[in-house]
Amino acid sequence: MSPDRTPAGRADVCVVGAGPAGALVAERLATAGRDVVVLEAGPRFEQDREEQMETYLRPAHAETEVWDMGGPRDAFVSSGRSYPLNALRVKGVGGSTLHWQGMVMRLHEQDFELESSVGLGRDWPIDYADLKPYYAAAESALGVAGADDNPFAPPRDEPFPMPAFPPSKSDSLFADACESAGITTHSVPNARNSESYDGRSACVGYGTCSPVCPSGAKYDATTTIADAEEAGARVVSEVPVQRLEHDAAGERVTGAVYATPDGEEHTQEAREFVLACGGVETPRLLLLSDSPQYPDGLANSSGAVGRYFMDHLFAGMGGRVGEETRQHHVGFMTSESHQFYDRPDDSRSAIKLEFLNYAGPSPVGAALSGDDWGDELVERVRDSYGNHLAMGGLVEQLPRAENRIRLHPTKTDDHGNPVPEVVWSLDERTRRTIERANEIQRRVFDELGVEPDWVTGPESTTPTAHHMGTTRMGEDPEASVVDPELRTHDLSNLSIASSSVFVTAGAMNPTLTIAALALKCADHLEERL
Amino acid sequence: MELTRRDVLAALAAASAGCSFPEDASGDGFSSEETETLVSLAEVVYPSDVTSIENFVRDYSLARVEGRGEYREGMRDAIAELDEHAETFHDQAFAALPKPTRDEALRGLGVDAADPDPEGATRERVRYYLVNELLFALYTTPTGGELLGTENPPGHPGGTRSYQGAR
Repeated sequence: MSPDRTPAGRADVCVVGAGPAGALVAERLATAGRDVVVLEAGPRFEQDREEQMETYLRPAHAETEVWDMGGPRDAFVSSGRSYPLNALRVKGVGGSTLHWQGMVMRLHEQDFELESSVGLGRDWPIDYADLKPYYAAAESALGVAGADDNPFAPPRDEPFPMPAFPPSKSDSLFADACESAGITTHSVPNARNSESYDGRSACVGYGTCSPVCPSGAKYDATTTIADAEEAGARVVSEVPVQRLEHDAAGERVTGAVYATPDGEEHTQEAREFVLACGGVETPRLLLLSDSPQYPDGLANSSGAVGRYFMDHLFAGMGGRVGEETRQHHVGFMTSESHQFYDRPDDSRSAIKLEFLNYAGPSPVGAALSGDDWGDELVERVRDSYGNHLAMGGLVEQLPRAENRIRLHPTKTDDHGNPVPEVVWSLDERTRRTIERANEIQRRVFDELGVEPDWVTGPESTTPTAHHMGTTRMGEDPEASVVDPELRTHDLSNLSIASSSVFVTAGAMNPTLTIAALALKCADHLEERL
Repeated sequence: MELTRRDVLAALAAASAGCSFPEDASGDGFSSEETETLVSLAEVVYPSDVTSIENFVRDYSLARVEGRGEYREGMRDAIAELDEHAETFHDQAFAALPKPTRDEALRGLGVDAADPDPEGATRERVRYYLVNELLFALYTTPTGGELLGTENPPGHPGGTRSYQGAR
């Protein structure tokens, strides 16, 4: 029997999206006794996670099959530089945390004041101190394993909830080379249990973190959704919201119109609405909700909805050394360097350096992919696996109005709505910063005495599925979409909890900041309700 | 290198089959002829220094398809087609062929170069349901992983010490 997808009575809060942001808002408000409804476009994934792991490990299946990513529901158009929107984006209860790797760093103080400090981008209307208590709460909510060994990290008042994962064998090789090159390495905060936490086990080393953690040691938002439901929230899956409706005065949202799998449309009414559907679907939904009063889309009197789309760019290189490196034993990273994160001036953007624990081919993937078997297979895989090393890095992209999400004029999705068009390109400063990251990485490889056999630079770089900036936060209603309380300037009961409110992108994986902002959003909502 | 019951359990942990042997080994699994075909195939695709293949394949395969009727039927169909190919070109069932001829039969069918596909042509389904099934079972165990250079291969919950360098 299919679940009841008819709308509840007028709720206190209607949240659109059951990823980490929506889940945290729902959990906090439901726990506070509020009547909360969450509408999620994708399904509840109820299959065995070991089965999903097998789907990932066996080469007959595309990685996107694991979480049913893409297809007519997620159709899109990419303009300019190619953008693989559905490669890492999951729609479903839990959102993209189902697939993510789980790296959770706080933004730096400079990230919030980039324009005033070095003349780049734009300042956020809040600073690090405003977000600091929410960062701590987010680390507690997600369960973060970390250590206070990072000399470049912003100040914190409390220890991490769990001890950090120790460095890897390959980290130790990199650490020596980095020391010779004058580069300081340190641990990585991971949203992954290094010991039992929040009813979930410690990591047992399946090594398939992204796209799937069968043990549940890696945080994903299904745990927060479960807590929200336990507290009374109603979570309805497979109900993509088609548009928001507003009152005659154009001051308040009155309902979220959603479609059900059987072709029905319903309207969920609420006192407050929260959009928590990521950096692409959030602006798309606002643009789809145009009306005679708001012909350019809802909450878009600034014209900023969909604009300033940003992602982080990958820069990296890898090669082979003359000793065992123990790669692919785990699927997460244990060392990084944030030494080149803060910008000395306006010549470059932020760089975060990473040391991979899964360089080179996976032995299982290699074993199942050749045209050989028996002794020949063993010989081939032993030759291809075992001594790879790789460095990665995230490079910041600054906000530019021409990078944007807009509605495509002709192509529609499975509900007849215009698909998102991702208009995206790289500017010269970003390219220069990728080159700078490569120079630093090359220095390390020189110290190792290794000639890289692959390099990802400005031409071959790829985005990292961190969709940011498309409903930016600001004090000025003419230049931003939401205010510092995450409420839209135009509609008094519409808030946004998403990376779409980021003013600048930094170069840290965004989910911890998304979670912190979601908790801040929940606090402001609770004050108003 | 001997495959043990412990390896069967490790292989099952990586596969979507739980971590236990089926209670009733005479249940809906494979006929003795089908099991023989699987074992004789494993003898070809597994490295030559692996021993106790028969028990490993028998126990793993039986547990693997318990409660997974559709997957079992995919395997059974692929076994039948492999046998049919062997009968047509080598006049005997696959399991009855000498090991070098089994290898030849597989290559003659195009299984070596085939992309694994559960809904594809015969060679692709033999690759998916039989060859890759057996390779997946072996190489997600510590014993199989060790042959490739890791005692904690992806898919095996081997803990968080080995990545630090401990053996």
